[in-house]
Amino acid sequence: MLAAQIIQKLREIVGAENVATEVQDMICYGYDATQMEFLPECVVHPDGSAEVSQILELANKEGFPVFPRGAGSGFTGGSLPKGGGVVLVTTRMNRILRIDTDNLIAEVEPGVVTETFQIAVEKLGLFYPPDPASLKFSTLGGNVAECAGGPRAVKYGVTKDFVMGLEVVLPTGKVIRTGGETVKGVVGYDLTKLICGSEGTLGVVTKIIFKLLPYPEAKKTMLAVFDSIDGAARAVSTIIKGKIIPTTLEFLDHATLTCVERRFNLGIPKEGRAVLLIEVDGDRDLIEKQSGQIHTLIQPLGLVQFRIAKDAAESEELWRVRRLVSPSLRDVNPDKFNEDIVVPRSKVPDVIRRIEQIQNRYDIPIVNFGHAGDGNIHVNIMIDKSIAGQEEKAHEAIKEVFQAALDLGGTMSGEHGVGLAKQPFIPMELSADQIGAMRAIKLALDPNNILNPGKMLPLQG
Amino acid sequence: MTKKMEKIDPLKRVEADMKKCVKCGACRANCPAFSAFEREPATARGKVALAQHIMKGDITLDDGTYAAMSKCLLCGSCVDKCPNQVPTDEIVIATREALAQRRGLTTFHKAVGQVIKTRKLMNLGALAASVLGPLFFRKVPTTSGLRLRFPMPFLGNSRHIPQIAKKPFMSRHPEIIQGEPGKPRIVFFVGCMTNFVYTEIGEATLALFKHLGCTIIIPKNQQCCGLPGMSGGDLDTVRELAEQNLEALEAHQADYVMTACATCGGALHKLYPLVIGKRNPELKQRLQALAEKTVDAAVLLQKLGLDPELTGEGEDLRITYHDPCHHRTAGITKEPRGLLKGTPGIDLVEMEGADRCCGLGGTFNVYHYESSLKINAGKSAAIQATGADAVVTGCPGCIMQLSDGLKQAGHKTKVLHTVELLARKIRR
Repeated sequence: MLAAQIIQKLREIVGAENVATEVQDMICYGYDATQMEFLPECVVHPDGSAEVSQILELANKEGFPVFPRGAGSGFTGGSLPKGGGVVLVTTRMNRILRIDTDNLIAEVEPGVVTETFQIAVEKLGLFYPPDPASLKFSTLGGNVAECAGGPRAVKYGVTKDFVMGLEVVLPTGKVIRTGGETVKGVVGYDLTKLICGSEGTLGVVTKIIFKLLPYPEAKKTMLAVFDSIDGAARAVSTIIKGKIIPTTLEFLDHATLTCVERRFNLGIPKEGRAVLLIEVDGDRDLIEKQSGQIHTLIQPLGLVQFRIAKDAAESEELWRVRRLVSPSLRDVNPDKFNEDIVVPRSKVPDVIRRIEQIQNRYDIPIVNFGHAGDGNIHVNIMIDKSIAGQEEKAHEAIKEVFQAALDLGGTMSGEHGVGLAKQPFIPMELSADQIGAMRAIKLALDPNNILNPGKMLPLQG
Repeated sequence: MTKKMEKIDPLKRVEADMKKCVKCGACRANCPAFSAFEREPATARGKVALAQHIMKGDITLDDGTYAAMSKCLLCGSCVDKCPNQVPTDEIVIATREALAQRRGLTTFHKAVGQVIKTRKLMNLGALAASVLGPLFFRKVPTTSGLRLRFPMPFLGNSRHIPQIAKKPFMSRHPEIIQGEPGKPRIVFFVGCMTNFVYTEIGEATLALFKHLGCTIIIPKNQQCCGLPGMSGGDLDTVRELAEQNLEALEAHQADYVMTACATCGGALHKLYPLVIGKRNPELKQRLQALAEKTVDAAVLLQKLGLDPELTGEGEDLRITYHDPCHHRTAGITKEPRGLLKGTPGIDLVEMEGADRCCGLGGTFNVYHYESSLKINAGKSAAIQATGADAVVTGCPGCIMQLSDGLKQAGHKTKVLHTVELLARKIRR
């Protein structure tokens, strides 16, 4: 229980209107997209590194935990205040500070919504490619903390590939700058990369410098339907091997297709067993050539339908197949565990086969779709929690899915992170020495373990 | 009759819907209330979480819960964009009803309920506290407990309040206006705003359907649609009004029940069948039949072939169109635009976010005037950016809100109902 005088001090730091303690507010800052719930004791909305710094200093002095939170749209419970404490919301810090068209960089505050930023730079002919599915509501601070990815990662990479520098309030309250505005820079450790994806355990990001690209001249969207899942999976490596890096290479398996077709009837041929949604972007002539090459390359792999969008409206129509996946899945079962394993691209067919075996063994539906182009598959284990034993069964199946990814040289999470949800599985992927090194970093920066404690690393044992 | 039968926990009605919400946060991108408050309890998923805790019984139904649940415009934007199509508007309605049942209605909503269900809708005194509740408060002394309970910063400041008509629309016209034989018989559901404030909307509607030769019936015993009551959780009043309006409207064997108010249309079309539970199947069925007969004025005008009758009469206008929430959620977006675009001399320029709520949201505007203004300011700016001479829409409520916003921002853009503009353009 937070003492009244601590809450009073928090009010003095951020202003009374930016501190909430009512139970209604606690409920609304106690969830994220995992459907777990832990109620905090207090929610603060600071503005600027000075206020964040004072909050963290107070936390060290008084010994209460602080949980940074952006939009609260994470899939692993990374922002949830397990055990109670103070939730620190970054959304008041939502200014785009500058867009520098000479140096192709931008400086923003962490509470800016991803899409808002993209629209702002696109107006100047610039491009910020990372496109997590939550981009219409997730914050850039949250994207950095989780190192968010998205479909365009195949060609452009993930959030950390665009972060050049940060302003970070360390857990002790010290405010530091990492990285900078230059393309090159090798003085000291790369703390920027360390903070990216640290899930709010090593500091609170208060400013971000992003690298930008020129906005591509044109793009082309294609939809390819295959008569086997193997054909689609082989098409992925065939395209890459053919020296073409598409912007996106999204994949939907048969179970996913069945769900979407049953509900929305998009005209996918009946013999279709898997779909690839392919997009290329860049110079107009180049993408014309590339789309032709792609068609030729994948033709022998059991292609039953190939559609090329002629304009933006047709492109949106093709994307509908992918966008409608989420709302369709609930027809299979009401509850889902949404995992995001990654394997080397060439191993996509193997991992799909392994998952099929797991599905048969546990007799629960597993629906796969996602970013096949970078080997990142969203594995959705569909259950009904109200049926006794299903949740336990799902946990066992998840463990086997992770093992399959690891066996094939992959990782258990490409973009969602560890948070609370994957914490128990960490020793499957990281050795004791790796965990030890990470723990040493955490304790060096956060000696009192006040910042997002109990997340990611198993701190004890 | 319905009153007793409906006394089941309203939250039970939406229990399954609540489970569909996975708290993904997509509603943060689409909720006008969240854009104004910028705090999570204003989001749809926040409301669902609160409703779930109310249902579990682990939060008290105190002022804090009431305040949190009041931060919703019931505009349905979150439902349109929700990956799981969670009907948060219905969940909020049910929660407000549960709050009202367990704590009693607020003094303000008791007053609203009392007035909107009197049979004396034609009485000018009665109108004031119903639809024009907020305006009525001008007559409440500053020392009144009502004012203390609901701080309303707009009272006595710059808010622009429409004039109340000297003679209500319905008392100017006979109950039946005979048309040509073989032409449709149309029952006109007038609505309070048109009857008492924007009578010109009623006149324009009448002129258009007369022009098409229709027989128009304006039942004298029709009532307020009940939306102001629903907004505060007073669904018992809505149920009473639903029955009374049902009797008034189904008595005339008309081909259509037509309204020129998006909000009234929403009540007849969606709310009535929704709030009458399965325990009264006969009534529900009749209300469903009424819902199927209910049609918006613009939709019906297009269906009955008004287009060739529209000429370049009168002044040329550059206009932009605002989608009322109760039209958007009912899928009425193409018809009004179709009619307007097809009119010679009308240049329709789309504004940014035409489908965004204007911020009125029934009594939301009473409790949260500042936020309502903030939402409205964005709308005014979008309208202004089109350079239009007039903004056209299909809901008198939106007309009141848009006029207020534009005048406060110092813009001279006119605000017109679709039927008003069309009536000026018909062949004479």
